[in-house]
Amino acid sequence: MRTDRIAMPSGGVGGVRAAEAGSAEPARARNRTAERAGARTLRDGASAPTRGPIVVLRNISKRFGGNYALKGVDLELEKGEVHCLCGANGCGKSTLAKIISGTYRPDRGAVIVIGGREHPYLTPRESRDCGVQVIYQDLALFPNLSVYENIAFECNLGSLRPYRESRLRALAREALDAMKFDLDPDEPVENLTIARRQQVAICRALAADAKLVIMDEPTASLPRVEVNNLLAAVRYLKLRGITVVFVNHRLDEVLEVSDRVTVMVDGVKIGTFPASGMDKERLTGLIAGRRIDAGKRTKAAAAGETALEVRGLTRAGQFHDVSFALREGEVLGICGLLGSGRTELALSLFGMTRPDSGEMRIRGRAVRFRNQRDAIKAGVGYLSEDRLALGLIQPQSVKDNMVLTVMDRLKTFAGLISPAKRDRTVAEWVERLDIKAANVDDAVSVLSGGNQQKVALAKWILTDPKILILDSPTAGVDVGAKDGVHRLIRRLAERKIAVAVISDEVSEVYRNCDRILHFRRGTIAGEYSPDRVSERELAGMIENG
Amino acid sequence: MRKTAFLTIIPALGLPALALAGLATFGALMPESFPSKRTFESMAFQMPELGLLTLAMFLPFVSAGFNLSIIATANVSSLFMAWLWTSRIPADAGAATQAVWLFLGFVGACAVAAAIGAGIGAMAAYVGVHPTLTTLGVMTLLKGIGISLTRGAPITGMPPAVQFLGNGTFLGVPMPLAVFAAAALATALVLGKTSFGKYIYMIGSNINAAYYSGVATHQVLIGIYVFSSLMCALAGLVMTARFNSARMGYGESYLLLTVLAIIMGGADPNGGFGKVWGVVLALFVLQIISTGLTLYGVSQHISLAMWGLVLILVLAVKYCNRRWYAPWALRRQAEAVKAPA
Repeated sequence: MRTDRIAMPSGGVGGVRAAEAGSAEPARARNRTAERAGARTLRDGASAPTRGPIVVLRNISKRFGGNYALKGVDLELEKGEVHCLCGANGCGKSTLAKIISGTYRPDRGAVIVIGGREHPYLTPRESRDCGVQVIYQDLALFPNLSVYENIAFECNLGSLRPYRESRLRALAREALDAMKFDLDPDEPVENLTIARRQQVAICRALAADAKLVIMDEPTASLPRVEVNNLLAAVRYLKLRGITVVFVNHRLDEVLEVSDRVTVMVDGVKIGTFPASGMDKERLTGLIAGRRIDAGKRTKAAAAGETALEVRGLTRAGQFHDVSFALREGEVLGICGLLGSGRTELALSLFGMTRPDSGEMRIRGRAVRFRNQRDAIKAGVGYLSEDRLALGLIQPQSVKDNMVLTVMDRLKTFAGLISPAKRDRTVAEWVERLDIKAANVDDAVSVLSGGNQQKVALAKWILTDPKILILDSPTAGVDVGAKDGVHRLIRRLAERKIAVAVISDEVSEVYRNCDRILHFRRGTIAGEYSPDRVSERELAGMIENG
Repeated sequence: MRKTAFLTIIPALGLPALALAGLATFGALMPESFPSKRTFESMAFQMPELGLLTLAMFLPFVSAGFNLSIIATANVSSLFMAWLWTSRIPADAGAATQAVWLFLGFVGACAVAAAIGAGIGAMAAYVGVHPTLTTLGVMTLLKGIGISLTRGAPITGMPPAVQFLGNGTFLGVPMPLAVFAAAALATALVLGKTSFGKYIYMIGSNINAAYYSGVATHQVLIGIYVFSSLMCALAGLVMTARFNSARMGYGESYLLLTVLAIIMGGADPNGGFGKVWGVVLALFVLQIISTGLTLYGVSQHISLAMWGLVLILVLAVKYCNRRWYAPWALRRQAEAVKAPA
């Protein structure tokens, strides 16, 4: 294994190059088969010549706290295939990728077959030694090092051999040539565009003798032209017999190069399908079909007066000309993809950032917030989409998290906090929201996602908000617990609170909102009523950007 | 449930146990000299200096910050007091005039300290520089200014009232200990019973999440360093009183010992957790070790080494607790809950 790894990179890549050099440019088809043959014989010298699975995953479950991220997932990845792992945010696709790469350890009972051996879990080292390479969304390159140093970085690992620049350069050169990337090996990576950095990351995987390359959301930050270049690169990898796994939020972009598609919803695998029969529509149907079983539309309460009115709100580079009204007792969905500016809008409504122009009125009165405290005073609450980093103070107790927003109201004489008052408040809301916590003194991090979210909601309910902005309220919440959060949202509306739900999950917005604003490229692209469109139509419009 | 509840309390008993063990050991080694009023008095006179400085370090520490300038701030404020008292109080002043001047001197020193603290806090809050870096600068700045103004010489000859504060006893309680006890109590009240104190813990764990919850993090940060600096002024007062003089450079060896006491007292090095009583207990343990060893005739340097050793031991025990004991206790509790059902 060990000698294999050291000998392979130059051998593998070099072999490919030789095969390429041998065939003429016009004979494209022949060239490809020659490449593949060349790569095969060199790479798979010891292993079986037939196309078998490179990795087999059986019964993979993973829990975080009380939360299932994955539930009994089986997956086989064939040698040399391009496999797309597809699903909405939080469906467990990234967790699955991290289990293959050894970052996470699956729960007991899992079996991972790789390199002809069964493992209950993989360590990052084992995974790497079996040829698994992950290209993360942030690419994990060294910005201050040059292209060639990044590509040949693995040469520096695991041995005490002296550092030889020429060896690194040769290896990088080979990888760059093999992928036909036009990159200057001496350029520092920090000077490159994202797309170019991605090329460096791909070359690094190749130079490390990858047999399986996992790409986490590779198209998320790329313009369309660059996506095409990426797909071309993936075809090259495939020709070399390397398995490529796309972990992708969206299907259409990578469908053309994919062989098979695995669809995941809420930590469960729906199935693996050949890419040929798959399209956008069918995928939406698969996800939605599964989802609709999980719950029905919640009932609307009678909406009252206008609570929030926004006119022409603009903040350069984030959102522009946003106008809408939100009434008391109404649940408004603001649906848009990640990066559409929806969270940026919410931050301005919450006083965290200042809009450049436009106006905001709360119950008819124009407001201008200097900071988040002005917004809270005016009756605005904001549930952050990032519960781990911003929504709750994870290491601190359930109790303290819940009353954090209203600490000043718990004071008695001399300005000291009354523990009795605090405990009463906490006990009341733990009961009313049915928060399952063994002990309110425990760190909030030990609660399940759904219960954590309820604590975060309680924190805002306690401030007596008029307007509550909920950013991805069920992100990272178990399927079963999602319903609980949704019912709670309805109950808030019944208490005459104007609720805005920001989400990229169409089904969630569709089932729980009275009106839906489609947010796209920093502005409102359309308004829909769930009574008049079907979920599938809506999903089609929103997910196509 | 009731029967196993004590299991989770056991780890909290570590420091009191350590203090008792220390007392018992030295008591057994020196049955005549150690368990005496004199021993405890000398401890009561020595501990408050380090104690007050530790309290000054404590708030920044809990907020996941740091204050390297505590000693320098204490010295600058004590220099200010000493200068005012030695140069401005007329030799023939009556008790009332003296009292006014003493009060003015202390208030002035507090104002100086508060200004320093506000500056540090503002740098942390508005400029976003980590307090460790700011206070490194402030420490060096204050030290330079202080030494150049005094040419490194001490200001000596404090009024008798001040000397009493350093060396006298009131109702049998040494004055420095009384000052320290009051300061510790005040700190415990601020941290445990005020919203400001709660915000400090929250900021220590996650300042961004605290900000998103509407906490005025900027103001709280400034408050933390103002409070810390006021504790420095108090420490400066006690030091001036004890030594009957003020000088830039007093107590410099205390700087990192304060951190030792805080960590030993159970505060989380990452911020967000820590109790005043833990720190007070840790200080007590440290003082027992140093006084006991001194009485036993061991060099001071050895007792310093012992402090380091004890810290390492405490940390090792803490690790074992987290790794093995706490999970075991939790399992036992869970079983005890299940069993009757």
